[in-house]
Amino acid sequence: MEALIAKNITKRYSNHTALDNVSLSIPSQSIFGLLGPNGAGKTTMIRIINQIIDADEGEVLINGKKLSPEHISIIGYLPEERGLYKKMKVGEQLVYLGQLRNLTRKEAILRSKAWTKKLGIYEWWDKKVEDLSKGMAQKIQFISTVLHEPKLIILDEPFSGFDPVNANLIKEEIFELRDKGSTIIFSTHRMESVEELCDHIALINNSKLILEGSKKDIKHSYKSNTYIVEHQGALNGSLPDSFKVLDNNLLHENFYKSIVKIAGETSPNELLKSLVAVTEVHSFVEKIPSISEIFISKVGGNK
Amino acid sequence: MNKTFLIIQREFLSRVKKKSFLIATILVPLIFPALIGGIGYVMKKESENANAQVIHVLDQQGSFNFENTDKYEFVKVTGDLETAKTAFAESEDYGLLYIPEFNIESPKGFVLYAKSNPSFSTIGDIENEIEDAIKDDKLQVYNIDKEVLDKLKTKVDLRSVNIAEGEEKESDAGISFAIGYFTGFLIYIFMFAYGGQVMQGVIEEKSSKIVEVIISTVKPFQLMLGKILGVASVGLFQVLIWVVLIAILSTTVLGLLGLEIPHEAAIQGADVETSEKFLRLLANIPFTKIILTFIFYFIGGYMLYGALFAAAGSAVDSPSEAQQFMFPIMIPLIAGIIGMQSIITNPDGNVSFWLSIIPFTSPIAMMGRIGFGVPAWELALSMVLLVLGFIFTTWMAGRIYRVGILMHGVKVNYKTLAKWFMMKN
Repeated sequence: MEALIAKNITKRYSNHTALDNVSLSIPSQSIFGLLGPNGAGKTTMIRIINQIIDADEGEVLINGKKLSPEHISIIGYLPEERGLYKKMKVGEQLVYLGQLRNLTRKEAILRSKAWTKKLGIYEWWDKKVEDLSKGMAQKIQFISTVLHEPKLIILDEPFSGFDPVNANLIKEEIFELRDKGSTIIFSTHRMESVEELCDHIALINNSKLILEGSKKDIKHSYKSNTYIVEHQGALNGSLPDSFKVLDNNLLHENFYKSIVKIAGETSPNELLKSLVAVTEVHSFVEKIPSISEIFISKVGGNK
Repeated sequence: MNKTFLIIQREFLSRVKKKSFLIATILVPLIFPALIGGIGYVMKKESENANAQVIHVLDQQGSFNFENTDKYEFVKVTGDLETAKTAFAESEDYGLLYIPEFNIESPKGFVLYAKSNPSFSTIGDIENEIEDAIKDDKLQVYNIDKEVLDKLKTKVDLRSVNIAEGEEKESDAGISFAIGYFTGFLIYIFMFAYGGQVMQGVIEEKSSKIVEVIISTVKPFQLMLGKILGVASVGLFQVLIWVVLIAILSTTVLGLLGLEIPHEAAIQGADVETSEKFLRLLANIPFTKIILTFIFYFIGGYMLYGALFAAAGSAVDSPSEAQQFMFPIMIPLIAGIIGMQSIITNPDGNVSFWLSIIPFTSPIAMMGRIGFGVPAWELALSMVLLVLGFIFTTWMAGRIYRVGILMHGVKVNYKTLAKWFMMKN
């Protein structure tokens, strides 16, 4: 079941195209990473899903239904450019933002109190936002995003400006929300957090979708049949021709770390057999590319 | 629940709960009467306490005989001009009036020497003294009896009655003038005060970056309209409090002094007929009509300008950047206030007509005219155009606003605004 399907979205501005025929399908209850360098079109995509701007072509379906104002109450959005009313009190502000997402006043008060207690900022309920530290303001922004228990949570660069403690806290909350049934779209250009959080990713570059799928599949398809071997005793060119040693490092006395690529259809077991014959194998691991490497190879290659 | 209403509510409450609102709301009705009363009191004291100014008179004609007044004491001096000047320079007195020998048919050559620049009123007073003296001389020369001449003077009080609306109404240009100027000026002030609040609110939302969260839940147009209407309700609420406070204050004050004022007036020998006439005229002023018109033009004008202020706020990142867009918004308002002079002296003239029809100036200009009576069709036309005007500016501002609020760090000029305006959603 797909929580969100975007079909052939195109958005043009007078002097450039922000999105060019981009299609996404975001599985329900996944954490979906929307990746791309700055200016690739991520924020445009997110604004279209939030109905802040309209797509010129294409359509967005949420749970199979065409995007419409009624979806506002099931979407939670934490924009990259985010803030709060500085002169408003914490409680009032959360209740107001909850009401804008169609909660009743009573319900909004109840949930705001529960959340502020959970994140340990309840004692600030009657304080003005301008009196809060940046970290506390960030917690409030996060609460306001998830207050109405949205089915679809959209976080645009959620960790930019968060201190590590808060970032971790938010990560835990994100996992919890996913487990409770929410789908999370997570836009970023910082790859470390993607590796950790996302199960699906899409890579946008220069307004075009260049990669989409589950993290596992993508990594798999970018495998280059390369293995990392730690061994005692040098290889000294004693491997058959179908195996190519890309790298050979002496770690300490007679102890090596080599990177070996398998050419052709030969299986890893064959490689292991050949290795065992010439050296003492201590570890044998397939080299899987990181998202960051894939990202750089895809984006860099396009330039 | 209607979200525009939610926004109006927030805008209203967040402003009304501020201490500055409370202070302004309570102080303004106290400050203005206190200020006017205070200045009046000081002026009165000053004129009461002022010593008569001593003016030396060097009369070479020899026929002048000035009588001393409250303000001036005339001292005759003799000798030639130079000695008189030296004597005057050494004295502490105010002035030296030099009257040369002159031909009574073409009097000239009078000079007032003073140690500072004499005011218009001083010069006028002394001119009157000289003119009166020459007149008396002339009466003698022409053999006219002064008493007969005095009897020739007749005083007529012309009542002006406006029958344009079918019913007879006694009108008074003075009161209409005052009401027109006052209400027009109030509208002018309110446009700036409350329009400025809209602009600041928009800039605040934009610079604190809350705006993207809000417009993911409501249309930008709703947010803008909510803000404009929210500030409008604050304005109306404030004006309402002022009206009530002033009404209570003035009835209390009148209740305390009510008996004393006519009493005192009678003792001072004030013209009872005049004060009766004043009350009669006051009763004839169509206050209900003026108040209703005022509310209409206040709301209409505010909506028109509020939208423009909102658009200006959305285009910039800080209030100082907004200056460049403030100027063109201010021009028609200032034109309206300047036009007021001509409206009040000639309420049915061409300038008055056009200024009170064009929506950008009509809120101010029409208030200037309303006390004098405005033909129904002109009023209707002006009102319809004002409504169309604010629908137009709100629509236009909305198109700029929806793009502007999401733009950060962009250098904005009129070309950019036009581009935003044309941009599709």
